[in-house]
Amino acid sequence: MNRLLALARANSRNPNAIAYAAMLIAALLYPEVAQFITGGNGDALVGLAADAGVFVLLAIGLNVVVGFAGLLDLGYAAFFAIGAYTYAMIASNELATSPLHHAIHVPFWIALFVGLFVAALAGALLGAPTLRLRGDYLAIVTLGFGEIVPRVYRNLNVWTGGVFGISAIDPPTVPRWLGGPWSGDPFGFLTDLQLTSANLTGFYVVIVIIIIGVVILVNNLQRSRLGRAWMAIREDETAAAATGVNTVNIKLLAFAIGASTSGFAGAFYGAKLSVVNSDQFSFTISITVLSMVVLGGMGNIPGAMIGGILLYFILYKFLPDAPNQVASLFQSVGLGWLNNTNPNGWPGIGEEVNRLKFIIFGLILVLIMLYRPQGLLPSRARRLELTHDEVTGIAAPRELQT
Amino acid sequence: MLERIRSATGGRILGLAPLDLIGLLVLAAAIIFVIPRVADRGAGYLAQVIVFGIALGAIYALVALGYTMVYGIVELINFAHGDVFTLGAFISLPLLGAFGLVEDKSHGIGLLLGLIPVFLITMALCALVNVAIERVAYRPLRNAPRLAPLITAIGMSSILEGAMFLWRGPFNIHYPDLLPANQIPIGGGVTISAKSVIIVGVAIILVLALSLFINRSTLGKAMRATAQDRDAAQLMGININATIATTFFIGAALAGAGGIIYGLYFGTLTAFLGFTVGLYAFTAAVFGGIGNIPGAALGGLLIGMFSQFSDAYVDTAWTQVLIFALLILVLVFRPSGLLGMRVPEK
Repeated sequence: MNRLLALARANSRNPNAIAYAAMLIAALLYPEVAQFITGGNGDALVGLAADAGVFVLLAIGLNVVVGFAGLLDLGYAAFFAIGAYTYAMIASNELATSPLHHAIHVPFWIALFVGLFVAALAGALLGAPTLRLRGDYLAIVTLGFGEIVPRVYRNLNVWTGGVFGISAIDPPTVPRWLGGPWSGDPFGFLTDLQLTSANLTGFYVVIVIIIIGVVILVNNLQRSRLGRAWMAIREDETAAAATGVNTVNIKLLAFAIGASTSGFAGAFYGAKLSVVNSDQFSFTISITVLSMVVLGGMGNIPGAMIGGILLYFILYKFLPDAPNQVASLFQSVGLGWLNNTNPNGWPGIGEEVNRLKFIIFGLILVLIMLYRPQGLLPSRARRLELTHDEVTGIAAPRELQT
Repeated sequence: MLERIRSATGGRILGLAPLDLIGLLVLAAAIIFVIPRVADRGAGYLAQVIVFGIALGAIYALVALGYTMVYGIVELINFAHGDVFTLGAFISLPLLGAFGLVEDKSHGIGLLLGLIPVFLITMALCALVNVAIERVAYRPLRNAPRLAPLITAIGMSSILEGAMFLWRGPFNIHYPDLLPANQIPIGGGVTISAKSVIIVGVAIILVLALSLFINRSTLGKAMRATAQDRDAAQLMGININATIATTFFIGAALAGAGGIIYGLYFGTLTAFLGFTVGLYAFTAAVFGGIGNIPGAALGGLLIGMFSQFSDAYVDTAWTQVLIFALLILVLVFRPSGLLGMRVPEK
């Protein structure tokens, strides 16, 4: 206990430690609070948080690519799609109607890692020839790749169900004790309880455990020799190469690790929704995750996570709920006429609010980069290098400046 | 064995770098795949495809010019450029009504007199928007790490798309079909629509005007100098900020004109059109050699042709995949493009 207190005291001024502690406490309390304030009907809210967890995982992964190694990946949704489709294909009846004529049902925990490896492989295959390119070309290549992958999945309808995607994917199977005190049956050691849409708390617990594991792994990576090499490349690639960093391999590792996180998240996402469809993996997803990372703070893991949580709830909870609330607000302050649609194309104020999504992405990306490039919760090293104005060299003595 | 050949020829086989060789093999495979299908459909069909390809290529070329000029001068991929193109089509819609142009009712000289001010106003408005974007989102970050302006460019693209989405919603928007629908026979049973001729004509006029401007005018000279070496140009007394703003201005004016032409030719728009068209046009700019103005025009033409051939002889569902694959292949195997020169990273 004393040791715990000492730890708390030592870290009480470390914003990252505070952020981790706050997120951990929030994660533990969230299901109970959600159930409490909705009077026991909080399953939808908990399920929403499980989806938010998927995006937090994506943000952590993209943070490795963009934040640590400084590679702008605009096709991050592609690896998400690869993970989800891989899981969907090897854990559903889909392949029974393919030329293979045999359905494969790989257990959830193995399939999750198959998704991870396939995505990492795709990342390495894309990265190997393209990581030689300069930064902005790499952005375009990944953007193109992000457009190609969902279309290929849609077009290969023999294997992937085409436009309709793959449905009835196997739900994950987990030992029941993972459901914990929340599931209502705390110590039933019934193994292989299936997580279904009736038990969203289970998904929530699984994703929280996965996130904790990934955070520990990525944190260790950041502090390792590899992490320092990433940062060296981000600061100055030529100097890094000159000091003996194998830049291509190190960048490839960042790319593949980012891709594997995305694939992992995709596999979980597929399992949770039990449906995958090529429309779920559009460019919007890539830009959402990028906005999360930029908002929270590039190069800082808890920053990216907090950015992910904030933006997810704004986009998927606040915005979808907003139209009705805004409409009733305008009604009550006497501006009800704004709610009426008119034939010139005005769809009513509520609908307009619902359409704000793309402006929000844009404003986050532009305003953060202009006014606070280090993000909401910056990493200390990153803040120093991104606030570039102060370090423009040694100024001439006052009297010489005219 | 291969290693020995390589070491003897300095990494080259038959005088080609290994990467170029792979690229050529891919190209050859594609041609072998398409030829029997082309032969199947006959010459008349082929001629029709080529005409469409040229018309589409003219539109891509107009957009690609903006990408290539901006990249040439500030080395930034202006992601918002494709959306400025869409903005051109969106702005011109109410203007058409204001100048009394109505579908099926405006003909001949009245149509021409109406369209010219619509073109000019739209081009000017798009240009001002683009200059404002440069001022707000790119100029303050000119000395920042490269990642920063790229991210704001993505952000500006999203803001423009969001604004048009707010304005017109998620629906397909009908654009009035004003141009004459005549078909001009050119012999052998092949016809060219008058629309295509007009569109290609307008595009050629704009491209010629642009190259005259860049090669002959003082401002054009300043632009070329700034593209070559910004610091040296500044030391020679060139106002860098004004020159860069001019580049954005001209690029956006061309894109705005492209937007109107697209609307007139295809008749439907969505708020997110600029994303795909922008990517195609960027592919065209890279294909021709980024920073190279004739290259962008050529690249636009080739990409237009490529997409029409793919639509006609492969499958429309695969066209986007093929174009983006082409983009990746060009960037990997020949990042300097067809007409560009290999420039070391600055």
